Amino acid sequence: MGKLGILLVIVLGAIAVAQLVRVYEHSLKLKKTGEHDINDRDNNLNAWLMLLFMIFQFGGFIYLMLAYGWTGRGPSASLEGEETDWLLNLNFVIIIAIFFLTNFLLFYFSYKYVRKPGVRATYFPHNNKLEMIWTVVPACVLAVIIILGLRSWNNLTSPSGDGAVVIELYSKQFDWTARYAGEDNVLGKYDYKLTTGTNELGILTAKTIEDAIVEREKKVNAINKLLSNADTVLSDSLVEAQEFTLSHNERILRSLYQLKQNHNKEVDKNAEDDIIVKGTLVLCVGQEYEFNFRSMDVIHSAYFPHFRAQINTVPGMTTRTKFTPSITTAEMREIKNDPKFKYVLMCNKICGKAHYKMKMDIEVLSKAEYAAWLAGKKKETFKLKYGIAPAEGGDDMAKEDGSNSGEDMPAEDATGEAAPIKKEDEI
Amino acid sequence: MGSHAHDSHDHGHAHHEEHHHEENFVSKYIFSHDHKMIGKQFLMTAVFMGLVAMMLSILFRIQLAWPGESSDFLNLFLGDRWAPKGILDQNMYLGLVTIHGTIMVFFLLTGGLSGTFSNILIPLQLGARDMASGFLNMLSYWFFFISSVLMLISLFVETGPAMAGWTVYPPLSALPKAVPGSGLGMTLWLFSMAIFIAGSLIGSLNYIVTVLNLRTKGMTMTRMPLTIWAFFVTAILGVLSFPVLLSAALLLIMDRLAGTSFYLSDIIVGDEMLSNHGGSPILFQHLFWFLGHPEVYIVLLPALGLSSEIIATNARKPIFGYKAMIGSILAIGFLSFIVWGHHMFITGMNPFLGSVFVFTTLLIAIPSAVKVFNYITTLWKGSLVFTPAMLFAIGLVSTFITGGVTGIILADSALDIAIHDTYFVVAHFHIVMGMSAVLGMFAGVYHWFPKMYGRMLNTRLGYVHFWITIIGAYGVFFPMHFVGLAGAPRRYYDYSVQRLR
Repeated sequence: MGKLGILLVIVLGAIAVAQLVRVYEHSLKLKKTGEHDINDRDNNLNAWLMLLFMIFQFGGFIYLMLAYGWTGRGPSASLEGEETDWLLNLNFVIIIAIFFLTNFLLFYFSYKYVRKPGVRATYFPHNNKLEMIWTVVPACVLAVIIILGLRSWNNLTSPSGDGAVVIELYSKQFDWTARYAGEDNVLGKYDYKLTTGTNELGILTAKTIEDAIVEREKKVNAINKLLSNADTVLSDSLVEAQEFTLSHNERILRSLYQLKQNHNKEVDKNAEDDIIVKGTLVLCVGQEYEFNFRSMDVIHSAYFPHFRAQINTVPGMTTRTKFTPSITTAEMREIKNDPKFKYVLMCNKICGKAHYKMKMDIEVLSKAEYAAWLAGKKKETFKLKYGIAPAEGGDDMAKEDGSNSGEDMPAEDATGEAAPIKKEDEI
Repeated sequence: MGSHAHDSHDHGHAHHEEHHHEENFVSKYIFSHDHKMIGKQFLMTAVFMGLVAMMLSILFRIQLAWPGESSDFLNLFLGDRWAPKGILDQNMYLGLVTIHGTIMVFFLLTGGLSGTFSNILIPLQLGARDMASGFLNMLSYWFFFISSVLMLISLFVETGPAMAGWTVYPPLSALPKAVPGSGLGMTLWLFSMAIFIAGSLIGSLNYIVTVLNLRTKGMTMTRMPLTIWAFFVTAILGVLSFPVLLSAALLLIMDRLAGTSFYLSDIIVGDEMLSNHGGSPILFQHLFWFLGHPEVYIVLLPALGLSSEIIATNARKPIFGYKAMIGSILAIGFLSFIVWGHHMFITGMNPFLGSVFVFTTLLIAIPSAVKVFNYITTLWKGSLVFTPAMLFAIGLVSTFITGGVTGIILADSALDIAIHDTYFVVAHFHIVMGMSAVLGMFAGVYHWFPKMYGRMLNTRLGYVHFWITIIGAYGVFFPMHFVGLAGAPRRYYDYSVQRLR
């Protein structure tokens, strides 16, 4: 109850202050001083407090500035971020100047022009020249800010160069999956309806379509069987629910048939060399990257604080961003003097219970290290990985009705990441 | 005194008798048509809601201060379900954050400021006898009251209150499988907001009609007090922007209850593959922020209007640049409609569209600067009397500056990328929207309390109140800027956790 105690003390303290002031007021009443006229002593006291508060405000700000700086996360780890940091610093210089100037004027005038006996307020209702000045000057400053800001914005959002390596980041509650575009540097196509236990990202190839259809047909058949089985007795509401599920599944099945019909096998090769990576996103220093983003369930936001990059991942559409890592993890560890430092990709859009844990480590390697890592991944292309165990999808089928379950999948992926959450949910 | 009584007696002689009979307890204090009483009702309800929202913020702040530690009194407030063993549940954390934001923005700052002071001051300062329609005015309050009750009820629902943040972005807010609060809690949230919007619209229309038609003889538009100008523009903003939120809410209700696909597309959630296709979650954000940004000024303008009056009065000077002040209110009001995209720079919308919003957003800094400098010049060579109201009004100008300048950073899309949705944003809007509006509300209450209740508030307690408030406000929200710059995302339950595992 210690914390509640602290709260109670604060509340009681406030009440005590209030009571003391009341006693004071009553004693004044006895002295027959007007209770509600602001006397000079109070007035001057407040004028002084205004000045003191200004010192507190400025002092506090300068202290925080010195202690944390305005880039508390260290130097930018990407080339693009350096431009952002430069612009941020420039903007900060401008706004801090405005902050000091206007707050100073406000509090200093409050202090200086406090009511004094015999001094009357000056009648000064307007002055066109002054008003013109503080319309035009801010406008000019803003013009500079806008022009510089838009220049950076165009640089940051422009298409990436031809040499950029393409990576897709796929988000779902509550983890990230990376898909490297492989040797051809073209991501394979996808369709969310193809998402199964073995094809988590819904990648589109002739085989995945076939598997998804088989799986969906099994589901439809199972429900049909249940509904036509004369031995089982189902309540009306249960029948209704099953019929609803049936029509839903049949609808998906129909669009899967359509997908199969329109499928062009030419595009399969784009998908077959893709490499799916979980856990840590590995990047190469000095290499420009083009990131594509997708989301399985709700809106997430891919936030790379060290690289000064961020973009939302939106279900139903792809988003993109780009950056070029400029400092390897090892170098950054030296700069930060922290042997455990890791770059991180965080979710930065409220997405549910474990939002705060939805992170992915990022490791930036030197060129040689990266080449070695990539060589090790050659055996993990989608073709090999998916081809090895084509029948696995069938096993999932046995479990309840959800082989495409977002929450079930990670459990099978050896990481077991989302599984504990599900348990808690059910409780 | 005598002549006054005589006047009013003469005035309403014909209706005097029946009026007298009507004034029972219910018609005087509950279903009152009297603008002063309705204003007080708004004030009381809003202050109560504000206290509730403040309590909620203390509950989740305790989790942030002592993450993972047991605070057994949380169990006392939230029970075993939402605070087992005194540790706040992760879902409930999001629920508390959501309802704190919703109540503060809509129920305290919108209802409390515009509702209270528009009602009390518009007829008094215009020389009108009452609002254009006393009945609609009453209706506006009772809609507000019902929506407040609904919002509070949602806190006690089994699956918890809405948990998708106060901006309730779908799909999170549309899918109960994604977060439990998106079940009944979210439904109640949406219905509460729909009723709130209806009430707010009725009120706003009433204010506009009153200002346009019921001004006393000689009270031309360019002679109106700046408070009235602020309320007038606020009401116009409300009438033009709130219906858009209503439509957004209705479409979301349809998506949730009728299976439409306005905001949903290609989603797999839990173990279910949804067949919704072709909708766009971004559409909701456009609709939401089309209200959401004017909403900031719906909250701020009344506070600025009140402080104009209070600063001028207590500096013993007319406000500097009256016409420029009106111009800047109108400019802010107009610009607030074409800047909503600055909340969405990183949603993946077209970068060119982003550039347009950068431009329009930064333009707002100009009328805001004019207002600030006009306040400061009003103080210059004045004869300042520091009533508590005056202190709060000066505090408002200070937070308006401090929070306003960080807006320049956030409006700059290139910089927003790096700090979007971090604590920098939280610090920014708590100072500029939260604190400025709350300080303005306090200033207004201290200044007009005698007019409302026929007695003064204690001056010295007012001083204590102000200095604790302003120091506390800066103490809480100033350091948050630095936390945000260091990269701390908002709405995180626990910052000490490295990864999900």
